[in-house]
Amino acid sequence: MERLLYFFFQYRAFFTFLLLEILAGWMIIQNNQYQSVKYFNTSNQIAANLVSISQGVRDYFWLKKVNEDLAAENTFLRTELERQNRILQGGDSVDQKAIDQFDFVHAKVINNSVSRFKNYITINQGLRSGIEPGMAVISTKGVVGKVKSVSEHYAVLISLLNVDEYISSAVKRTNNFGTIHWNGTDPEYADLLYIPRHVKLAIQDSVVTSGYNAIFPPDILVGIVEEVSLREDAPFFEIKVKLAQDFHRLAYVKVIRSKLKPEVDSLEFATIGEPK
Amino acid sequence: MNRSLVIHVFLFFVYLFVQVILLRNISLFNKAFCFLYIAYILSLPIDSNRILLMLIAFVLGFLIDIFYDSLGMHTAALVAVAFFRNTWLQLIAPQGGYDEGPTLAANGVQWFLVYSIPMVGLHHLLLFFIEAGGFSMIGFTLTKAFSSMALTLIVMLLLQYLVIRRRR
Repeated sequence: MERLLYFFFQYRAFFTFLLLEILAGWMIIQNNQYQSVKYFNTSNQIAANLVSISQGVRDYFWLKKVNEDLAAENTFLRTELERQNRILQGGDSVDQKAIDQFDFVHAKVINNSVSRFKNYITINQGLRSGIEPGMAVISTKGVVGKVKSVSEHYAVLISLLNVDEYISSAVKRTNNFGTIHWNGTDPEYADLLYIPRHVKLAIQDSVVTSGYNAIFPPDILVGIVEEVSLREDAPFFEIKVKLAQDFHRLAYVKVIRSKLKPEVDSLEFATIGEPK
Repeated sequence: MNRSLVIHVFLFFVYLFVQVILLRNISLFNKAFCFLYIAYILSLPIDSNRILLMLIAFVLGFLIDIFYDSLGMHTAALVAVAFFRNTWLQLIAPQGGYDEGPTLAANGVQWFLVYSIPMVGLHHLLLFFIEAGGFSMIGFTLTKAFSSMALTLIVMLLLQYLVIRRRR
């Protein structure tokens, strides 16, 4: 026993090293889990305050561009409102639940990165606004990501630019389903996977969300097909998609609350079984 | 002794805040990043206790991880640097040992490069390969690691020269 203790004492530096590295490794694994409420990230109150100061400075450089985007969105929303009004006047036979299946929470981006393999975005709305892990996030241009963790006033999103993120999507023209995945290199492009080789694709086809997972509403733009290649023996195309949202200057996002998601989930749970 | 302790505690927060407020926003061509906070671990006194060094590295790495939303990654890389630092200092000790701290002013630019390049390299390689989660994108990860190494080292050198000028 004494010799054992002596052994540990003699190599105490090494064992401390081992212990700390194991602790760090455990944290990495914990943090990799897809959805979780975490305190040690930028949704933490103190950290969020600090990063929003530094984002506040950066915002000034994009003011002009962001203004243009907001003005464009205003006009779009106004026409959309008119259209919706007309639909609502048209008839009352539509299921009210299905009409307002999705509602939106607007939030400002206070922290964002594009150049790592796993990019996260922090926004300034949290539990207070009804945001929960797993909700979808879009911008005026297109898909942004999903909510990973939430605190009282802030939330951390998994950006679309995250190698762990897969989004069910479809080629709008042909209605073929695939999965959007970012490969970790260029923040302007992502790959569209699993489009079988019989599909006739064209450059400039738009890729939209499929609406299959009830998180994202269908028909939200993801990007535009930029390059299509097909290897001799591959069952699927290799498709490069130019993302609709320029993640370099992401300023405002909308978090989508899907009111029917619990219903879809419990139905699928009852039929298929527990999700992995 | 007490005065230098206060300075080191103060510097800890300076390096932390400079990293998370300023340098976190810097990325050249989406490939080169500046992780200047390693300089803090490298600049601690030569006779620092190794276990203490690792504990400091753990806390610093953890705090930085919070701001990078990458819990554990910076911690793991920085603790490794703290573990190997003293051994490396012993190996490259000039004849007659060290008189002062591990700074460029005390030991010259050549020594400083020999000291810092492997340490920064170790940190960056660990960090980027942990971040990539394996060796599947080895070329891209290496590009990122080496370009970041260059940037971090340049900034470290500039900082060291600033300190020399102030002393004169």
